Amino acid sequence: MSRTLKVTQAIGEALDIAMARDKRVYIMGLGATDPRGLFGTTVGLEKKYGSRILDMPTAENGMTGIATGSALVGMRPILMHQRLDFALLSMDQIATQAAKWCYMFGGQQGIPLVIRIVIGRGWGQGPQHSQSLQAWFGHIPGLKVVMPVTAEDFKGLLLASIEDNNPVIFIEHRWLHNISGTVPKGYYTTPIGKLRVVRSGKDITIAATSHMVLEAIRAAESLAKAGVSAEVLDMRTIRPLDEKGLLRSVRKTGRLIAADTGVLQGGLASDLVAIASERAFKDLKAAPRRFGQADCPVPTAQNLSPLCYPTASDLATAAAEAVGLNLKRLDLPRPAEPRDLPDKSFTGPF
Amino acid sequence: MPKVKALPAKLRRDLYRSMLRLRLCEERLVELYPEQEMRCPVHFSIGQEATPVGVSAALRPDDYAMSGHRSHGHYLAKGGDMNRMFAEFYGKKTGCASGMGGSMHLIDREAGFLGATPIVASTIPIGVGTAFGSKMRGDKKVTAIYFGDGATEEGAFHEAVNFAVLKKLPVLFVCENNLYSVYSPLSVRQPAGRVIADHVRAYGIESLQGDGNDPEEVYRMSMTAATKARRGGGPTFLEFATYRWLEHCGASYDNDLGYRSKAEFERWKKKCPLLRSRKRLLKDKIVTADNLKNIEADIRAEVEVAVNFAQASPFPDKSVLFKNIYAGSGDG
Ligand SMILES: Cc1ncc(C[n+]2csc(CCOP(=O)(O)OP(=O)(O)O)c2C)c(N)n1
Ligand SMILES: [Mg+2]
Repeated sequence: MSRTLKVTQAIGEALDIAMARDKRVYIMGLGATDPRGLFGTTVGLEKKYGSRILDMPTAENGMTGIATGSALVGMRPILMHQRLDFALLSMDQIATQAAKWCYMFGGQQGIPLVIRIVIGRGWGQGPQHSQSLQAWFGHIPGLKVVMPVTAEDFKGLLLASIEDNNPVIFIEHRWLHNISGTVPKGYYTTPIGKLRVVRSGKDITIAATSHMVLEAIRAAESLAKAGVSAEVLDMRTIRPLDEKGLLRSVRKTGRLIAADTGVLQGGLASDLVAIASERAFKDLKAAPRRFGQADCPVPTAQNLSPLCYPTASDLATAAAEAVGLNLKRLDLPRPAEPRDLPDKSFTGPF
Repeated sequence: MPKVKALPAKLRRDLYRSMLRLRLCEERLVELYPEQEMRCPVHFSIGQEATPVGVSAALRPDDYAMSGHRSHGHYLAKGGDMNRMFAEFYGKKTGCASGMGGSMHLIDREAGFLGATPIVASTIPIGVGTAFGSKMRGDKKVTAIYFGDGATEEGAFHEAVNFAVLKKLPVLFVCENNLYSVYSPLSVRQPAGRVIADHVRAYGIESLQGDGNDPEEVYRMSMTAATKARRGGGPTFLEFATYRWLEHCGASYDNDLGYRSKAEFERWKKKCPLLRSRKRLLKDKIVTADNLKNIEADIRAEVEVAVNFAQASPFPDKSVLFKNIYAGSGDG
């Protein structure tokens, strides 16, 4: 049984199910119990679960350690940050404490901690509210990092993250929050570490993360009209990375475009290209290409910030070049205006 | 409180005028924001005008100030350029941060306003650092650091206060306690009965509470603190009780959300810093009704100039996107 839910509703459902199934699960976050309820995802949970959902002091660093400590004695905390930039205050606790706890004590104890982190863009969020630093977390052995796209995956991956006995960074793009999709009822999990083939194709692989999957789909649609068959991969998890799934696709198509929401240097798009180049070199028919956020802080000015984000049209153009398609035959998708708000023409389902 | 000598009439008038300037500025921005031409998050301080005005009046033009996300008042009261502030909200090239930052990133170095950034508490250590630099340079400047009640929960605040006390740095820690961090009341963030000023005093810092809606009280307390700091007497923590009228972020009222009571809101509205000041000034015959009208007309004219300046200004050139990432790589 499925029905159509918005991503935020799917998240709320996952939280509800997890809390009902396991009394050790609890939620903490600035505003977790306020009327807006973390983008609507925690509304109603306080009524049902009382003190197992709590607001907290404005103290990201300390609270992450406190969540970790509670996990050491059997609790299963879910911590939430409304912007990734706020989570950065807790990098010691995340990267140097929680992530290493299991390994540095010889595997005695994992830390079942989920940290929901929101990334996003738009409305002049500016340099300090629009960083997409999933690569920082992806760089740390001991962390798992997921970036779902569909409502179904938001629910399934969140439930899997909560059940995981390791710290999981669960990254939500704000521009996906209001997109709907069919979501199975009840309990299920989506495996961490497995990519999803969004549409299969034979000419080129577009491997994307988070919101860039939407751009990749639009690019593939316009390529299809010009007779180019693009395979779109939603990476879903960036640590562990589904190398096998990526290579399977690249070996088939012989071409790769990697599209991430973060900047290129030291980022995920670079990793994807590196894996393909190292392991599928002889299958490649064209040089792989990378797309990501521009290599600068994101400014506020409305005429500048859109320039920081690659579009479906950029991906389609690169794909056309890779397959040797005459660009004139390509009807390039236009970015929706205004470009600092989510594209209203697509609200799901996929 | 012991009876204190009245402040000079001109100063009292100036304090009022400066508060009205913040109020009219923000009211105009509130009117314009729904046009969606200012495309950035905004945190208004309507209701909180007395604190920045009183603090700034106690500072010298070349003293320093820093702030966080709710900084319009702090910037303007310190002498920040109004035209360039409006232009920044519109993301224009002429903005005080060249359109790079919007409302949450105000700066006017000529006015000693060294920067405001929206990561809660992040500018508190930076402000302690400017005071540390001042002390090392021996320039006799004082730094005022503005932040909210929420910011006192961050580790960075505590680390910074400790160092300021250790080195007797010339700092005014100005905490505007408006009872909320976004929609979260103090009761879910700090133990019942906690008085922030008492708590901070344990660091060995002089720590005082004042009426954050009374510019004259804020001024007196800040003047004492600034004088002490300038003479090498070290930092002071000043907690001012006040209240934000509008929603946390944005130009609307949000009392319908139910996170605070209508009664509480009405109680604080009665304590409007402008209303109270105006009454006292009239009663003490410091101003006449005519004076008040003229002051208001002057300010309204100034605000309209700023609106026009901002709206008429060009957006930044696209070529600046990759400039200024490193010092010396831009147009300045
Ligand atoms: C480190 C960090 N955590 C969370 C936020 C989100 N946030 C923005 S403003 C704010 C409220 C802070 O409250 P307070 O310091 O009392 O200032 P006020 O808004 O009341 O003026 C919060 C939590 C942030 N900007 N930075
Ligand atoms: Mg506050």
